[in-house]
Amino acid sequence: MQLVRLIVLAVVLIVMCVLASRAKLVPGRAQSIVELLIEFVNGNIIKNTLGLRAGKHFAPFLITLFFFLLAMNIAGVIPGLNLAGTSVIGLPLLAALWTFVVYVTAGVKKRGIAGYLKHETAPPGLPKPIYLLLVPIEFLQVVLIRWASLTIRLLANMVAGHIMLVVFIGLTQGLLLSGTWLVAISPFAGALAIGIYGFEIFVAALQAFIFTILAAVYIQMATADEH
Amino acid sequence: MILAEGAQSVPSWRLLVPLPSEIIWSLIFLVIFAVLFMKFILPRLNAVLDERAEKIEGGLRNAEKVQEQVDQLKNDQEQELAAARQEAASIREKARTDGQKIVDEARTRAESENERLLASGRQQLSAERIAASTELRGEVGTLASDLASKIVGESLTDDERSRRVIDRFLDDLESSQATTR
Repeated sequence: MQLVRLIVLAVVLIVMCVLASRAKLVPGRAQSIVELLIEFVNGNIIKNTLGLRAGKHFAPFLITLFFFLLAMNIAGVIPGLNLAGTSVIGLPLLAALWTFVVYVTAGVKKRGIAGYLKHETAPPGLPKPIYLLLVPIEFLQVVLIRWASLTIRLLANMVAGHIMLVVFIGLTQGLLLSGTWLVAISPFAGALAIGIYGFEIFVAALQAFIFTILAAVYIQMATADEH
Repeated sequence: MILAEGAQSVPSWRLLVPLPSEIIWSLIFLVIFAVLFMKFILPRLNAVLDERAEKIEGGLRNAEKVQEQVDQLKNDQEQELAAARQEAASIREKARTDGQKIVDEARTRAESENERLLASGRQQLSAERIAASTELRGEVGTLASDLASKIVGESLTDDERSRRVIDRFLDDLESSQATTR
């Protein structure tokens, strides 16, 4: 597990470092792809949630998060690695906690601790008794549920993807080698396995995107002005 | 298959509760990645991106400026052209009026000259006529007196008397001419 992560880490960082140190004004193909990804995070995640100007401060964090998760997720569908770096709880948990720290810090820096807690847990304009119910729920959400849900969403998706791949590839192999009439079904199982493989590539990108956009949304909630 | 075999030996709650080593390794990887990414890779790439954006923007602005200049020049040129055309038209107009004026002047001068010539010719004519008539008067007188003396004889050669007779005759002639005219 750690070996897979190490390999992914090393490959991604070396490639990125080489690209960054050789970055030119007129980009080559690889540089274009990386720039496309950065622009994607900038345009689709940061611009839509925080706005480009407010998001400038958090852009490095969000882009790093996106690249990190994307790389680790993609490892799950790379032949030879076949294990997503995020399919064991350590990485999703730490990434989520990092997000938690970032958005709480941003909120506290803007409003102070009390102001931040009030802003997040007690939306204005509600009848008094509701607050009795709302404040504990919101508080729990801020300090626990947000990062826990980030962790579990990512982890569960990656684990499930991995298990599905294993199941379908194993099924294909089992059917193919069964030696009975079940061999006839094995191509369908194989096709399904390939389909799921493709789907996992999509899921890897999608989960990285979701994680990042939720992080951006949490930051936005922590720093937004009162509506 | 590997995972399935592993799951039998590991209780399922292990999925959500990380081992200490897992946390430590993850932390190391995350920190390495984050530091390298945020401190080196992103600034470089962002610098390149910004530089490019700036360059493109500068280029666009430059193009705009040049376009503006071109428009200005074109405008100026057109204005100059229009002014030149107008000037040419006015010059042509002036030339035409000048020519007309010259022709008119020449015509009036010619007319006056003509008139003058005519008048002088008439004057000369009348002067000549007067001269001729006076000369005739003299000659007619002498001729007539000669003729009369030849007819009447010596007695009428006396100058004093003949002149008086001739003068009276001519006066009569003149007055009769004036009444008939």
